[in-house]
Amino acid sequence: MMQKVFTRPKSMFPVPTHYCPGCGHGIIHRLLAEVIDELGIIERTVGVAPVGCSVLIYNYINCDMYEAAHGRAPAIATGCKRVHPNLVVFTYQGDGDLASIGTAEIVHAAARGEKITVLFVNNAVYGMTGGQMAPTTILGQKTTTSPYGRAPAREGYPVRIAEMLATLDGAAYIARAAVNNPKNIIRAKKMLRKAFETQIKGLGFSLVEFLSQCPTNWGMSPAEAVKWVEEKMIPYYPLGEFKTPKGEKETAGGV
Amino acid sequence: MGEKVLITGNEAIAEAAIQAGCRFFFGYPITPQNKIPEYMSARMPQVGGCFVQAESELAAIYMVFGAAGAGARVMTSSSSPGISLKMEGISYIAGAELPCVIVNVMRGGPGLGGILPSQSDYFQATKGGGHGDYRLLVLAPSTVQEAADLMMDAFDLADKYRNPVMVLADGYIGQMMEPVEFKKRSSIPPPPKDWAITGAKGRPRNLIKTLYLDPEELEKHNIKLHRKYLEMAKNEVRVENYMTEDAEIVIAAYGTTARITKTAIKILREKGIKAGLIRPITLFPFPYKTFEEAAEKVDNILVVEMNMGQMVEDVKLAVCGKTKVHVDGRSGGMVPSYDEIAAQVEKIVERRL
Repeated sequence: MMQKVFTRPKSMFPVPTHYCPGCGHGIIHRLLAEVIDELGIIERTVGVAPVGCSVLIYNYINCDMYEAAHGRAPAIATGCKRVHPNLVVFTYQGDGDLASIGTAEIVHAAARGEKITVLFVNNAVYGMTGGQMAPTTILGQKTTTSPYGRAPAREGYPVRIAEMLATLDGAAYIARAAVNNPKNIIRAKKMLRKAFETQIKGLGFSLVEFLSQCPTNWGMSPAEAVKWVEEKMIPYYPLGEFKTPKGEKETAGGV
Repeated sequence: MGEKVLITGNEAIAEAAIQAGCRFFFGYPITPQNKIPEYMSARMPQVGGCFVQAESELAAIYMVFGAAGAGARVMTSSSSPGISLKMEGISYIAGAELPCVIVNVMRGGPGLGGILPSQSDYFQATKGGGHGDYRLLVLAPSTVQEAADLMMDAFDLADKYRNPVMVLADGYIGQMMEPVEFKKRSSIPPPPKDWAITGAKGRPRNLIKTLYLDPEELEKHNIKLHRKYLEMAKNEVRVENYMTEDAEIVIAAYGTTARITKTAIKILREKGIKAGLIRPITLFPFPYKTFEEAAEKVDNILVVEMNMGQMVEDVKLAVCGKTKVHVDGRSGGMVPSYDEIAAQVEKIVERRL
């Protein structure tokens, strides 16, 4: 008898996504669904969708969900978690959403130690609106609103969210992953699982930043895009764990 | 009769919310409503509730969004500039049809304005304020007792219509002390919140959203909301008629200005001028019919409000040119005196206006 070794996670609706070829969102959605399945928490998981390409995440993940206003997902998650402390609440946010318009909400959710898990997708560009500069756009990167390439004198510097949030006492688990190759994807999933476990154990705020590719708005092929993550993004946004819960063992060999 | 306590309007508003079953408060400090979050921060832990001082008014209103979506009785409070900040979230809450209560203890504007009492957020409260086609149910107390009573009603109305309800007070109502009785109420069980976010256990998942990319769907949604507002207009209008039966001139005022007007009416009646007061208690839905009927009987209506003339537009809409409508507006934290109001009425009656 044939053994099925790869199936659709139960937490995902059996539908195709609207994402462009080579986009990282589909991979990250799948990792999210796999972690929810493995932890067996789908019936008590609540998601908060952002504004951006992934606003329609609720069409793919089969749990109770809110759709937030731009940047406000952590505040909505706070309201929900305070009402239902036993639910597992996550937000899914892009770089414009989390690192620009929603900086106050994410910083203070972390500072309060809200027991929520944040999936932060950093692809260095505004995707849904058509490729404008993001707070995480890297130096030299051309976008539709930084047509000469991001220059510090004109557009300032990219924001390293994971490092910044890791300085806050309320943040229990902060890590950065990438989804540009199988090795990094496997590592990303381990980090995401740890982030959810941090919430379930009640240890505090958790966030995983995913470096993700946006071939469409970068003007690249999917193959070029994953290479660009490796060569341009990872040097500026190093991968790894920036904060792990006190008393929790660091994963042997690193996640 | 229950026990009466002497407290400020802000405290009465907070305690009434607690007694109405509100267990979640999210807010941000701003004068002149600080006593509400302060009271809640002390009181919520005593009743097993939750108080969070948010990082901004924006965050506070979205915490309300999250908690209301999760099925809780929840409120926030602020004052004019802070309410402007909340407006984005109020639009989302109205669009997502989430029940909650928002208190605005108004101060003078525009901009930072001042910290003294005002009624200059009438347009903002009743005509939208945030973007999109939506309405709030707006309740305007004119005494501390009424502030407490309306707060309790506000939560029931919010649940009944799945709509945000605004209690629109001003700095006087918020900060003055009066005796208040917290009335025991026959608790009407709120409609079941089967739409709420509670974890999809043993049921299809729930989704709370405001995005409708298909224009036909969005129009359908807006028509549904509109029907709800018509339903409110049919069922929820509240208005006080004070000495209007024999009145030759009607004064229209709500909140603090309505109280001052009652004294002016006493002065006028002593002088033989039969003045009466129409006091809207709900600003949305507005008591158009009451004014329409008044227009059949009097030649003049004087609108007194602590702004340069906002409610006057609704009064004009109601009377539809059948009677003269005047406005006596003070603004910036200035409050009209009863003598000033009486003098204005005398001028009108003597046809000097």
